[in-house]
Amino acid sequence: MGKKQVLLVEDEPNIAEAIRFILSRDGWQVRHLPEGAAVLAALAEDRPHVLVLDLMLPGRSGLEILADLRARPEFAALPVLMLTARGQGRDRDAAERAGASAFLAKPFANADLLACLRSLAGAGA
Amino acid sequence: MVRSALTGTRIRERRTALGLRQAELARAVGVSAAYLNLIEHNRRRVGEALLERLAVALSVEPVALSEGAESTLFDSLREAAVGAAPGDPVPETDRIEEFVGRFPGWAAALAARQTRIAALERTLEAYSERMAQDPFLATTLHEVLSAITSLRSTAAILAETEEMEPEWRARFHRTIHEESLRLSATAEALVGYLDSLDGAETGLSSPQEEVEAWLAGQGWHLTALEGATAPGAEALIAGVAELASGPARQLAAAHVARVRAEARALPLAPLRRALAEDGPDPARLAVRFGLPLATLFRRLALMPPDPSLPPVGLVVCDGAGGFTFRKPMPGFALPRYGAACPLWPLYEALARPMQPIRAVVELAGRLPQRFLTYAICIPTQPGGFDGPQVLESMMLILPAPAVCGDVERPVGVTCRVCPRRDCLARREPTILTDGL
Repeated sequence: MGKKQVLLVEDEPNIAEAIRFILSRDGWQVRHLPEGAAVLAALAEDRPHVLVLDLMLPGRSGLEILADLRARPEFAALPVLMLTARGQGRDRDAAERAGASAFLAKPFANADLLACLRSLAGAGA
Repeated sequence: MVRSALTGTRIRERRTALGLRQAELARAVGVSAAYLNLIEHNRRRVGEALLERLAVALSVEPVALSEGAESTLFDSLREAAVGAAPGDPVPETDRIEEFVGRFPGWAAALAARQTRIAALERTLEAYSERMAQDPFLATTLHEVLSAITSLRSTAAILAETEEMEPEWRARFHRTIHEESLRLSATAEALVGYLDSLDGAETGLSSPQEEVEAWLAGQGWHLTALEGATAPGAEALIAGVAELASGPARQLAAAHVARVRAEARALPLAPLRRALAEDGPDPARLAVRFGLPLATLFRRLALMPPDPSLPPVGLVVCDGAGGFTFRKPMPGFALPRYGAACPLWPLYEALARPMQPIRAVVELAGRLPQRFLTYAICIPTQPGGFDGPQVLESMMLILPAPAVCGDVERPVGVTCRVCPRRDCLARREPTILTDGL
């Protein structure tokens, strides 16, 4: 069985690098995009098991991207982990309505990120 | 109609000044002497019809009997009564005049507490609005969260990963260094920002607010610009403490240039004469002087005190609805951040350029207040026919006349602090009972 794939959309380079390292060490194959314009194309190309999507992105927000991909039948069931800001209940509600599968508030523990992704990939497999 | 003074006391004073006996006046207005006695001792409220008959019998305008210097005191007491918590005994607002008449000291103390509470609530609303909408705070919070997220994950990797290639280890050490620098710079900016806040106020956070603070300190009138030898903008704004930033000085210079040009086009003396003769109707004044309405709006709003001119507020916005100028009007709060009430005539004018709008509005609040507004939106083509059209909408705010045939439009300040829950134009819930 090959590696589980994840598409990471995160504009903060240092956060993205840390996540990439943690997931790679856990056996994931990670592709990183710093902004949302190419997400749909990357999803269609790679067919990852999970999408990790930051809510606050330059240009198109994570919410817009999520709504867009949930409107497409091929991505309607894709597990999406949304990274939100701690304490921003409104953001979380909006992400839930837009169809996020799970949330993780920044700053997060690396172990929580891994547990969340494993759970999502298991459910989506 | 709001009855805001010791009406009975004034009736008695007027009657005795005319040398009328109580029974005579009572007969003239069709009530018993005993009932008039109760009224004169502020133990009974006076209805509209009876007040008018009394005014005729005493040869005064009804308003002279019902309004007086104590109106602020009465307004504060009514506000205090409206603010009573559910379940508390209901204040006897129908006996408010009697209360003031019999216990003036207690009434003044209660009114003073109410005024203090209202001021504190306004400050709290301003802070709440700032926390929710201030772009600097939102950006700073995001920066802090991002830096902390990165630090936490990176530090955990370094602490928990036993074997790591030296390149990765060096890279993560660099990340921690970078993020700690970023965090300290952000914290420094935040402290500087908070330090800039004036103790009692909520601080000046934009160049526009710096200019407004400067103008407010001048009473909104730049006397030096009225003469034929008005100084240049640089001379006028040099060394002004409120204009701390370059962008603020730029905005102030543009304001000075415009005011100087308009003061030349319409000097104070003829404007004062016209006001005394025609009143503060900007359309009439614009026709009289052959000047654009916008010039009259600004001249009226930025005049020194004049006996023919009531307090005047002015708010100006651009085509996106963003405020570019705010001169407050007592009782008509202007939001510091975000958009105001979408029902303001200011925005209606924006949708109908060049069409003047006159509307009486009722501003929601504990004590709804009425104002007369004039609005106009002026399109310009600063870049010529091929350039974009630039819109500027402005709204002049005056006290509403005591008697007018206009139907009042219900409006608010901004949705967050507006109590009209069922407003069809509402864009977000109010914080007034949920958050305060």
